Amino acid sequence: MRFLLRRLAFYAFTAWAAITINFFLPRMMKGDPITAYLQKHQSEFNPEAIDSLRTLFGLDSDASLLQQYLDYWRLLFSGDLGRSFSKGLAPVTEVIASALPWTLGLVGVATILSFLIGTGVGAFIGWRRGSRADYVVPFATFFSTVPYFWMGLIVIAIFSTRLGWFPASHAYDKGSSPEWSWDFIGQVIAHGTLPALTIVFASLGGWVLGMRNMMITVLDEDYVTVAEAKGLAPQRVMTRYAARNAVLPQLSSFALALGFIVGGTLVMELVFSYPGVGKLLLDATNAKDWPLMQGLFLVITLAVLVANILADIAHAMLDPRTRMMES
Amino acid sequence: MTSETLLTVDDFSVVYDVDPPVEAVRHVSLALQRGEILGLAGESGCGKTTLAYGIQRLLKPPAVITSGRAVFHDESGEDIDINALDADAMRAFRWDKVSMVFQGAMNALNPVASIGRQLEDVFLTHRPSMGRAERREECAGLLDLVGVGRERMRSYPHELSGGMRQRVMIAMAMALRPQLMIMDEPTTALDVLVQREILEQISDLRSKLGFSVIFITHDLPLLLEISDRIAVMKDGVIVELASALDIYSDAQHEYTRRLLSSFPSLTGERGDFIRGSESTPTTTEAAL
Ligand SMILES: Nc1ncnc2c1ncn2[C@@H]1O[C@H](COP(=O)(O)OP(=O)(O)O)[C@@H](O)[C@H]1O
Ligand SMILES: [Mg+2]
Repeated sequence: MRFLLRRLAFYAFTAWAAITINFFLPRMMKGDPITAYLQKHQSEFNPEAIDSLRTLFGLDSDASLLQQYLDYWRLLFSGDLGRSFSKGLAPVTEVIASALPWTLGLVGVATILSFLIGTGVGAFIGWRRGSRADYVVPFATFFSTVPYFWMGLIVIAIFSTRLGWFPASHAYDKGSSPEWSWDFIGQVIAHGTLPALTIVFASLGGWVLGMRNMMITVLDEDYVTVAEAKGLAPQRVMTRYAARNAVLPQLSSFALALGFIVGGTLVMELVFSYPGVGKLLLDATNAKDWPLMQGLFLVITLAVLVANILADIAHAMLDPRTRMMES
Repeated sequence: MTSETLLTVDDFSVVYDVDPPVEAVRHVSLALQRGEILGLAGESGCGKTTLAYGIQRLLKPPAVITSGRAVFHDESGEDIDINALDADAMRAFRWDKVSMVFQGAMNALNPVASIGRQLEDVFLTHRPSMGRAERREECAGLLDLVGVGRERMRSYPHELSGGMRQRVMIAMAMALRPQLMIMDEPTTALDVLVQREILEQISDLRSKLGFSVIFITHDLPLLLEISDRIAVMKDGVIVELASALDIYSDAQHEYTRRLLSSFPSLTGERGDFIRGSESTPTTTEAAL
């Protein structure tokens, strides 16, 4: 329990630090892109929106720094991250909220699938080392070195352009809008298949190889020999004794991969014109949409943090030795 | 009972097929009596572990059994040629008839499973008809028996000392009341005091339960105390096999004498330590 509390305190501190840096960053930047923009578009803003932008970007230097800082936190807690310049002055929170589920859903599902399949396959071929299963290894290596955009273009060329099985871009058909209907869910699945597939294929090899190598290391451990000497069934030795231990180092890589979901899928979203966070970040940068950029950075940072918390919890659940650190 | 043979090893050879090949075990023949403690002595690297693994068919490539066989004479009267068993029969044979305590107590237990689970695994596999409550009770009883205590059922290996872990392994090895336990340097990694306690425990349990033991160690004086007979191994060959008394007082092979003299601690006061008042067919302590 004390272990958990210590970790929680650590994460609370990290979150606080990230948010505080986000507060100071625009205040240290030279130049002031915001004021110019505000002056030009004054008529389109209501006074409240202008106030919050001034707080977010440190233009409220008439107030004390502490007051600015407190105002900043108040804004965050009320979910006000300013207005997006490039998206018709829509609230930044809303703009991000409209992109986040697509990224989380698609890339999240693909990443988890890839991890599960890759780890399973890796465990199996590691267990069967020296057999024909080893032929998987060069394929896995090959797939993990193919540049992602190239694989994406090939997949589009084959499955969309030539065979016409799946649409090549966007998250759903043109002309429909998000709603909870079977028809729309079907569209989302059809549109998501190719991008998800490419993500799985591009990352699968890494999981397979990592797990296989760990498995081979673990198979030399005494407790695996003991399990065999006990006459346990091979599946039981493979899962409960070997794979169960070999998967532990994979978890840290998995946390890293989860952390990258939100911020690290730009190429996929470009290749497939997918309306996710990566694409939003690119748009924001191109349009010099400072409030949106600032909001996205905050969300991406927090996503990495959340991924690490999840990995910590998984580790604590799977490895009793971690739990002991509490004493 | 004691004159009955439990295990016959005949012309057993193992080669590690590396470059150059290592002939780790060469034409070993021995017969183990029912209820006997047979010591297997020899310095590190002489092939003791390889022989033990070979008998249990636990060797993995590059190890190859190049000759010989091991026949287990079951108490039912059946003779089991261990090398001839198919995979399923081999798994059923393991631990049920012959169990093993491994060298390196520290890594023999799965770090992510409680010791209760690892004990239960044995029953789940070999006694599938056993109910859950009965299984738990059996495991708890085993932990009590070796002095670890049933309250440790839910502990993980890292929460136990080296001595405790080795006791857990001994409990596990006894779980199915096997007729033979092979112990490969079971106490080498432990400090002297703990080593003593565990040896006494093994002696104790053996007199209670009557299993045979092949006790492997490089520590010949220790074997003199606990064994009925001792086999001395050098470079994969058994150079001498005789009663502990004969080895101590009348060693035939020059290598045995060298092994004996390399332990300066060899004094007259040992012997009654482990055996105590326990009555055994060969009374080694009389000579010591
Ligand atoms: N996997 C292996 N590959 C090659 N040689 C090995 C292997 N395992 C053991 N050996 C060799 O076999 C010999 C016997 O080893 P071992 O049975 O472990 O000896 P002991 O248990 O008596 O210390 C040693 O010379 C050792 O180097
Ligand atoms: Mg050894």
